[in-house]
Amino acid sequence: MLSYVIRRLGLMVLTLFGVSIAIFLLLRIVPGNIADILFDSAGLIDPAEKAKIVHDLGLDKPLVVQYAQWIGGLLHGDLGYSYVSEKPVAQEILPRIPITARLAGLALFFAIVTGVPLGVISAVKQNTWLDYVLRVTSLSGLSLPSFWLGLLILMAFVHYLGSIPIYDRTPDSFGALVTMLGVPAAAVGFRSSALIMRLTRSSMLEVLRQDYVRTARSKGLPERAITFDHALRNAVLPVITVIGVETAFLFGGLIVTETVFNIPGVARFLVEAIRWRDYPMVQNLVMFIAVVVVTVNLLVDLAYMLVDPRIRYGE
Amino acid sequence: MMRQEARSPSVRTADARWTSLVRTALRAAAACALAVPLLAVSPATIAHAQKQGGVLRVTHRDNPPSASIHEEATISTDMPFMAVFNNLVVFDPDSKQNRLDRIVPELATSWKWSDDGRNLTFQLRDGVKWHDGKPFTSADVKCTWDMVSGKVDGKMRKNPRKSWFINLREITTNGDREVTFHLKDPEPSFLAMLAGGFSPVYPCHVPAAQMRTHPIGTGPFKFKEFRQNESIKLVRNPDYWKPGKPYLDGIEYTIITSRATMVLALEAGKFDLSFTGELTPELVKDVEAQVPQMQCVVQPSNTQGNLLVNREKAPFDDARIRKAMALAIDRKAFSDILSHGVDQIGGAMLPPPEGRWGWSPEFRETVPGYAADVEHSRAEGRKLMQEAGYGPDKPLQIKVSTRNIALYRDAAVILIDHLKNVYIQGELEPLDSSVWYARLARKDYTVGMNVQGTGIDDPDVMFFENYTCGSERNYTGYCNPELEKQFHRQSMMTDFDARRKLVWDIDKALQEDGARPVIYHEKGGTCWWPQVKGLKLAVNSIYNHWRFDDVWQDR
Repeated sequence: MLSYVIRRLGLMVLTLFGVSIAIFLLLRIVPGNIADILFDSAGLIDPAEKAKIVHDLGLDKPLVVQYAQWIGGLLHGDLGYSYVSEKPVAQEILPRIPITARLAGLALFFAIVTGVPLGVISAVKQNTWLDYVLRVTSLSGLSLPSFWLGLLILMAFVHYLGSIPIYDRTPDSFGALVTMLGVPAAAVGFRSSALIMRLTRSSMLEVLRQDYVRTARSKGLPERAITFDHALRNAVLPVITVIGVETAFLFGGLIVTETVFNIPGVARFLVEAIRWRDYPMVQNLVMFIAVVVVTVNLLVDLAYMLVDPRIRYGE
Repeated sequence: MMRQEARSPSVRTADARWTSLVRTALRAAAACALAVPLLAVSPATIAHAQKQGGVLRVTHRDNPPSASIHEEATISTDMPFMAVFNNLVVFDPDSKQNRLDRIVPELATSWKWSDDGRNLTFQLRDGVKWHDGKPFTSADVKCTWDMVSGKVDGKMRKNPRKSWFINLREITTNGDREVTFHLKDPEPSFLAMLAGGFSPVYPCHVPAAQMRTHPIGTGPFKFKEFRQNESIKLVRNPDYWKPGKPYLDGIEYTIITSRATMVLALEAGKFDLSFTGELTPELVKDVEAQVPQMQCVVQPSNTQGNLLVNREKAPFDDARIRKAMALAIDRKAFSDILSHGVDQIGGAMLPPPEGRWGWSPEFRETVPGYAADVEHSRAEGRKLMQEAGYGPDKPLQIKVSTRNIALYRDAAVILIDHLKNVYIQGELEPLDSSVWYARLARKDYTVGMNVQGTGIDDPDVMFFENYTCGSERNYTGYCNPELEKQFHRQSMMTDFDARRKLVWDIDKALQEDGARPVIYHEKGGTCWWPQVKGLKLAVNSIYNHWRFDDVWQDR
């Protein structure tokens, strides 16, 4: 087990090294740099001033040197300075991580607490009206673009309640805080919830047809015990995988939700940083998201062991 | 409550409307009766009606590139940060139109031109302090314009308005309270350039890098915080040199990049004021329908769409082809498609009545390509193209480059369609913003669809910035020394009517010469809730009225 974890941690380092090279090179392949964008807002390009900016920011140094400077700084906890805000990158990124983490966490919580039970109900009540309703609902969850759903929710709030649940650093009341956090989380969690529900349903349907379930039923076990102790526990492994994938997605892929609900999180900031070719900001944000993804993957693999004692790594 | 008020008109009965009309008439009569004694009251007494306090909540469209007004040319920086600063002089906030004869003192108490019109001397206000407590002196004025005119390296990353001050020879000070701008040639409009929102006085003792992140000014509001992509916060300057002002405790801009969210948030009362010009005329109609009490204006955004033709590249070095392209444009169609007919048609200068220097409708009709009979112009264009060797069987294949932004792209698509009428087959080349100006600077394009803004409605700004030989923003490389002499001539004129006449002729010559055919002048909407008082917008500039020292909230 320990050797497995150590091996995985080693692989994580290799993966992150690969990601760092990929993002570093990809950013430099994209046309234009920060100097071009800075001049974009001024409506002109002054070649001499542009060259000066490029030199001041060290963008005229060889790529190997630039990469070594970045990684060297990163290993020493120095993320560098943002080209745009001219402030330390850490100072810009760190306050945004909890915002996105909270949104992603709540969305995931919403997705799990609705997706798993509804998936189980849908499977147990297969081909009943309840199953049909849940399946149609989940299908809409997968089909509705989240920006569209988000806007619809906002319009409904403005129209019927005269308020709008967009981000506010200092909400007026506890109710406003709950709404501000809960509504975007539900909007984004709806899609994940639909995915989890459909997967839980299909996985449950497969398990419910297994011999051991029939045996449990013939032993006279109560239906609740059969469903939750015998069937769900065996059906939940693929669901855990999807939850892991969704967690990774929610950390980096909330751009639309953050834009519609005006949430100053990591995803929106990343897109803006890419637009500005703010290399230190983009590189470090992507690395952060990569760390989250590989960590979640490791945790998912470890979670398999907890759920299914038959699975053992490194033995 | 807000929403009920907003929906109530649609459910009123005819009787209720009549009753409402009668009530309104009675109220108007009562107001008139009250107004008579009020007229006898001094302005100082009226000022007591203004309420102190409250934070003005404003939407912002995007993340400003920096907080340094002198380094930027975008309203994204100008609007939120203008309230941090003061100018020497400003366009009179009480005048709806920014104009040279309506300029009032700010950090200067008075000014005087020398007899030869080459020296402009300002007497400066006493007792003004920067937000960090240091005193404001003439040295600050000198170092600001030494930096902006490029005479000294002020460590700015970029200097977009250097061309405004090419006529500035030197700045001298006489003690702490007097400063003189020495010009190479007489230029009455020089004062207008100092009066715009882009001409704040900077403190000498604060480095340029700090001005980009934490600006220090003398203005009514102090900089508090700028969170990237999130918000900008200003707080009241208690030591402001105008006694009793500003009225607001602060101003908070929230950056909302989704326009749909911004409109909904404004309608929900989450914000008091929308970012200037950010609402399309259609959106303004929607806001007014949803919230009838909302105050909205649709006015020019000082932005024009124009056609760029690289005259250095064959076959566009042939004047016939350039002229044919200009003749192919149906400007009314652009306005109808892009803005339901709200955008205006004119030359380089903003058309009247908002613009002060644009052609009259009658004069406009005399300019080739602007006549109502577009088909006649296009027939003439086709003839020119045939003379140049092109025709229906041999169209000229071109690429129309533009920024990959809807505002630019939509106009470029219409342009391509119009050019077909003169045997020109265009292919759209959308370019990322990061390479657009770099390509223009390298003249690495043949035909482009461009959208550009102008800080001040004044011919000096327009002509010298965009049409003089070698100017950085002269994207087409247009160079006409003879016409440039006329630029200087109009610049030195003091008689408004005579100058405007010459400006019309210059503008006509520019359009005839295909220097940068202007297609439309955009309009944009701004809305605010009725509790916001004292907001005074100009009709011919979105850049110059954001000091906010007269704004208050009637809550």
